[in-house]
Amino acid sequence: MSELVIQNVWKEYGDQIVLENVSLTVASRAFVALVGPSGCGKSTFLRMLLGQEKPTRGTILIDGQPMPTEPGPDRGIVFQRYSVFPHLTVLGNVLLGKEFSKSRHKAKLFGAARRNAVEEARDLITEVGLSGTEQKYPVQLSGGMQQRLALAQALIMKPKVLLLDEPFGALDPGIRAEIHTLMKRLWHETQMTIVMVTHDMREAFTLASRIVAFERRRDRPEEKQRYGATITNDIAIWPPRQAGVPSIFSPDRDGPVAFLGHRRDDLALSGESSEAH
Amino acid sequence: MRWINTRPGRGTQLALMLLPFLLLAVAYGFGSAARLAENANDKLLPSLAGFADAIDRMAFVADQRTGDYLLWSDTRASLVRLFAGLGISTVIALLIGMAIGMLPYLRALLSPFVAVISMVPPLALLPILFIVMGLGETSKIALIVIGIAPTMIRDLALRVLELPREQIIKAETLGGSSWQIALRVLLPQILPRLITCLRLQIGPAWLFLIAAEAISSDSGLGYRIFLVRRYLSMDVIFPYVVWITLLAVVTNYALDRIRIVVFPWSELETQG
Repeated sequence: MSELVIQNVWKEYGDQIVLENVSLTVASRAFVALVGPSGCGKSTFLRMLLGQEKPTRGTILIDGQPMPTEPGPDRGIVFQRYSVFPHLTVLGNVLLGKEFSKSRHKAKLFGAARRNAVEEARDLITEVGLSGTEQKYPVQLSGGMQQRLALAQALIMKPKVLLLDEPFGALDPGIRAEIHTLMKRLWHETQMTIVMVTHDMREAFTLASRIVAFERRRDRPEEKQRYGATITNDIAIWPPRQAGVPSIFSPDRDGPVAFLGHRRDDLALSGESSEAH
Repeated sequence: MRWINTRPGRGTQLALMLLPFLLLAVAYGFGSAARLAENANDKLLPSLAGFADAIDRMAFVADQRTGDYLLWSDTRASLVRLFAGLGISTVIALLIGMAIGMLPYLRALLSPFVAVISMVPPLALLPILFIVMGLGETSKIALIVIGIAPTMIRDLALRVLELPREQIIKAETLGGSSWQIALRVLLPQILPRLITCLRLQIGPAWLFLIAAEAISSDSGLGYRIFLVRRYLSMDVIFPYVVWITLLAVVTNYALDRIRIVVFPWSELETQG
């Protein structure tokens, strides 16, 4: 269970009010898309859920407990860029979370512990469609593959909440569609609550179970400083999407997605990628 | 075709690379020949034969007084000092630079101090070093460290700060502690930068070494150059300068190769 309760949250930077009076309850295993114009505080809101920033006023509860004031393993994150570590291979990137949690001082695993962790990491790498690239470095992967890697890396911690900050914004439309399929499958198969910031309305309505729109109610230049953005629309997708439950209305639209065959962003069957250079 | 789009082939590139060196040698040859034609005992621009003679004397004939082969004993003395200085600076720069880059408290404490220290002209401190530490090896190594460590610390601290904040956040969400993040995320990404930083400091390190050796020493490449200056022995000075340059170039190249072999990903990135 991983319910998020946001109560009367304000965020101010000095005199500038960014968010005002935001209240939102995110049910466990929901998939919430945060949309809104640029600069309306969506990403600030996500950073507060992450623990990177503190609300100026108001409280954020996760499972009834106050949100820790720094990022932790219960909340995973995928950014648009810089989410993976350039100095580690694909396998190393996915292993890192395991190594942090199992080895306090060396942060590195050896012997049987490492073999177990590698096995788990390989399963996840296969799960996101990156098998065969274990020994490659992130720069050798395409943008879509790097985001798949970032997902695998976050998933190995089994976070309660997965936060996505415009994760697919920089990808080509074709590759984006493929990674959406993956994203849907992961949401159905895992126990995570997902909160995603996106610019792309289509993406929001394709993936989410609920769309939350942020907007400034007063946006005249002289008002900009003193009035922040707040939630102006809160739309539940109808017919409802539920994690792990195929939709009875249009199973084609939702439902755990079946593998649709070989796609552009997947590896070639020979194990060689046509994307990597 | 525009000039900006014309590129040399492999052979042309090699020829172009060698051309300035060749021109320098030819210009020297003409100058030397002209002076020697006027005065066969001219010492300023010795002939090739003069160089060969001097090199033979310095490198392959034992010194009458000490029994040492001077070029090699000088090289050994200088390189020990140089590498000791570079090594100590590297360790200091890595520890303090990482700490400043990572921890806001230590940054507040040390960053302004290091910035001020790096502005002190190291050579102005040389008399103090000689007075405090004596004329032995310690003061020469200390001069190199004082000369290059502050710059290296600042460079590394900047590199740590330049790493995308997202990476550190991501590492935190993977459950990493400060120590674990330093060890597995920051350190491996900083080490290739450290090597590059070290390469850039080879020049200044030689400068401080030769300055220290010129003022007080009884061996070393810098010492020898300043010693034979009294006899106008250009036939010794020129080969020594070329030899020092060669040592610096080889060190530079070797460090870069080490970086590429040990941190292959750092090279992939630059090719991007």
